[in-house]
Amino acid sequence: MHIAEGYLPPLHAVAWTVVAAPFVVHGARAVVRQVQEEPETRLLLGAAGAFTFVLSALKLPSVTGSSSHPTGTGLGAILFRPPVMALLGTIVLTFQALLLAHGGITTLGANAFSMAVVGPWVAYGVYTLARRLGGGLSVAVFLAAALADLSTYCTTAVQLALAHPDATTGVPGALVEFGAIFAVTQIPLAVSEGLLTVLVVRLLTRVSPAELARLGIRPARQEA
Amino acid sequence: MSRFSVVNWLLVLGVVLLAAVPLLVIGSDTEFAGADGMAVERIDESDYQPWFAPLFEPAPETASGLFALQAAIGGGVLGYFFGVARTRRRNAPPAVPPPADPPA
Repeated sequence: MHIAEGYLPPLHAVAWTVVAAPFVVHGARAVVRQVQEEPETRLLLGAAGAFTFVLSALKLPSVTGSSSHPTGTGLGAILFRPPVMALLGTIVLTFQALLLAHGGITTLGANAFSMAVVGPWVAYGVYTLARRLGGGLSVAVFLAAALADLSTYCTTAVQLALAHPDATTGVPGALVEFGAIFAVTQIPLAVSEGLLTVLVVRLLTRVSPAELARLGIRPARQEA
Repeated sequence: MSRFSVVNWLLVLGVVLLAAVPLLVIGSDTEFAGADGMAVERIDESDYQPWFAPLFEPAPETASGLFALQAAIGGGVLGYFFGVARTRRRNAPPAVPPPADPPA
């Protein structure tokens, strides 16, 4: 989902930056508030950021014969709500853009929007809906993390299709092409990310049930 | 082994299989090129010219090292968190009974 440096036309680059910026600023405030109001969850916040850091560094092979990486944003979005991940995800993307030439500064806005805004909000929405419908913690977490991952890559495909419409088939044609590159490759990786996130949440219910309860994450099916 | 541990190991096994099966089934003649790079190739086929180049671009070997560093930092922080949380819980007075296994 990293759109390479310079691969979005200036107008698109600026537009996505303008769209993503308020989410990131709001996210920075949310992180500060979280740390001030619930300092005992600071360590867990760091762990959620670390999870994104690890997962977005892991390029995994997929059944399509290409490789891609998970995003790891679902976990933090479920635990701390999506705004927090808007900042943490953007920090990861900035690290990769500056040090790894992976993604870029001109495409940071677009990449932040897909990975740090769309993914986390999808995760939070899916998690909340699944729990409301009576789903267990593991099922809700799995669906939330997997769909966050997949929606991030679908967003990238849309962004690229808008910027680089096919010469004959236009934006829809380009969307099919970029969708084939990103979304299809991502399906097994999204499942992997779902499984890994369930694993981490299961371990969290063991080692820090008090923090989870404070954040409103309950293993049992009843609504708090 | 408790049910909790069995399920956890099955989750790990699932992730390993999802990564290993493509490598084994599709075979070693596939490059498993990165999807990001494939998108760049697709755009390069048109007459688009990237208008900005990375300020700093590590050599491929250095890049793989930096990716490893990124994963190591993240893994280290995660490990530290679980170590601290586990120790805290172990040292805490047993005020609340340990929770039952969460439903899988």
